[in-house]
Amino acid sequence: MSGTMSGTMSGTMSGPAMSATVLQARPSAAFDVERVRADFPILGLEVAGKPLAYLDNAASSQMPQPVIERLVRYRRTEHANIHRAVHYLSETATREYEEARRKVQRFINAREDREVIFTSGTTESINLVMHGYGRKFITPGDEIVLTTLEHHSNIVPWQMLAEEKGARLRVVPINDAGELLIDAYEKLFTDRTRLVCLTHVSNALGTVNPVKPLVAFAHARDVPVLLDGAQAAPHLKIDMQELDCDFYAFSGHKLCGPTGIGVLYGKAELLEEMRPFKGGGDMILSVTFAKTLYNTIPQKFEAGTPPIAAAIGLGAALDYLTALGMEAIAAHEHELLAYATAELCRLPGVRLIGTARDKAAVLSFALQGVHPHDVGTLLNEEGIAVRTGHHCAQPVMHRFGVPATTRASFAFYNTRSEVDALVAGVRTVQKVFS
Amino acid sequence: MADSRSLYQEVILDHNKKPRNYGTVECATHKAEGHNPLCGDHLSVTLALDGERIDAIAFKGESCAICKASASMMTACVKGKTRADAETLIREFRDMATGKLDLAAGHHLGRLAVFAGVRDLPTRVKCAILPWHTLHAAVNSIPTTSTEAEDDPMHAPIGGA
Repeated sequence: MSGTMSGTMSGTMSGPAMSATVLQARPSAAFDVERVRADFPILGLEVAGKPLAYLDNAASSQMPQPVIERLVRYRRTEHANIHRAVHYLSETATREYEEARRKVQRFINAREDREVIFTSGTTESINLVMHGYGRKFITPGDEIVLTTLEHHSNIVPWQMLAEEKGARLRVVPINDAGELLIDAYEKLFTDRTRLVCLTHVSNALGTVNPVKPLVAFAHARDVPVLLDGAQAAPHLKIDMQELDCDFYAFSGHKLCGPTGIGVLYGKAELLEEMRPFKGGGDMILSVTFAKTLYNTIPQKFEAGTPPIAAAIGLGAALDYLTALGMEAIAAHEHELLAYATAELCRLPGVRLIGTARDKAAVLSFALQGVHPHDVGTLLNEEGIAVRTGHHCAQPVMHRFGVPATTRASFAFYNTRSEVDALVAGVRTVQKVFS
Repeated sequence: MADSRSLYQEVILDHNKKPRNYGTVECATHKAEGHNPLCGDHLSVTLALDGERIDAIAFKGESCAICKASASMMTACVKGKTRADAETLIREFRDMATGKLDLAAGHHLGRLAVFAGVRDLPTRVKCAILPWHTLHAAVNSIPTTSTEAEDDPMHAPIGGA
């Protein structure tokens, strides 16, 4: 893998390239980051007079030209409401929307396309499971297993449910590296355990959890598992049939797609048992004031007019990622993370928060004597976009005894020269505060 | 782009490094805790009123440089002033930070005007305001306050700058 980056060592920011390049799948050794960057107009921006180094991909990723063009084509030539009319545009929009669902199905290797529910994002996906599954099946005294690594969106819905139902949350602790304590996880199971809600990759630390054996352990006790895949889907090849999880939630905008679209994967037999989350049009078969018959999955969970364009845009984004190859993406990001980790650790006063053996694309750190918000504001002056704060994961911050961290998070279009800019930026911050 | 470097001026860096009036006032007559739930920053302000006059004041807490320097300069500035004078400064500082104060017109902020740059950085406005927020709560005998309390008279929505 080393050596694949030689072309980027001294690379400068390429300007926006307006012509779409359809990338063919290639082996990881040939990953050409400069060619990839040419597909992302926004990466050519200057910020504060410096070339933009966009290192906030865990918050949201950027959109390549083919996805932008797909959205424009939909708006210009294909838009109408779906699942309604018999006219040409409605049929076109319906076909493209449902084709996007099949693209998601293929991307995550789900058995059937009806196991793919379009939502507004990971948060809504998790809330859908809380309302549709949790409120139907969780009873007083039941227990739900979470972990310290969860994003607030995989904590708060379960707290709301626990409060409503008189259920109890059990939390898996982590070690000093930010890895789940597997023994503790197994010991938390009781005969009242009804659900496990677990992140695949930690957004604050980058820890990749060994979800497959954790799912198997829960299943051996007849406990279903929801995986929060918001940070995993952009970086790893994810396979629903291999993971065998019961639910998997992720967002489109972290996958080079639009905001306002996300996915809940659920096993068909579970989705069929669940209550609808929202009531309205499209989720019904028939309505009278005496009784309403709900539609079959996935429509049962897609009340109202969905974000049609965003779903189609997500489909185009998945095509783009698939053409690059998720293995090639993972290999490039892994190499970048290793380089950034080594370079940043060479600076005195830098404390990495999260040093798990298996990590994905996230570098969270604390700088001695400097608050992360000051780091973020000063890095912005160098054209470097990072996230500072608690990353909606306050239990993780408490575990490490920090109020906040500075987080650089990488995508496949980031380069070694951007890592160098980050390291130089951190040096500048240290100088200002010396 | 706002030149945030102009925010990190020598006087601010100095107050961050060597905060004045850091700690707690023994025999405080008034105190308050201030929180910024958006970033986890928190600080306490303790003060002793002699009649209407602020006889002693101190602050303590964990925060960014902007917040700490603002607190340090605030305590140095209001010490010895009356409660009414402090309220005037609180109002003027908040208006400056949110871009509502015409700095060219009359005001009493003096070198506190060094914080004017935050008005161009909406996500940092609350860092600068938190100490003033907390002082306002303290002199009005409100035990805790938050930058996110909608009914707080100091509430300054992000982006309101």
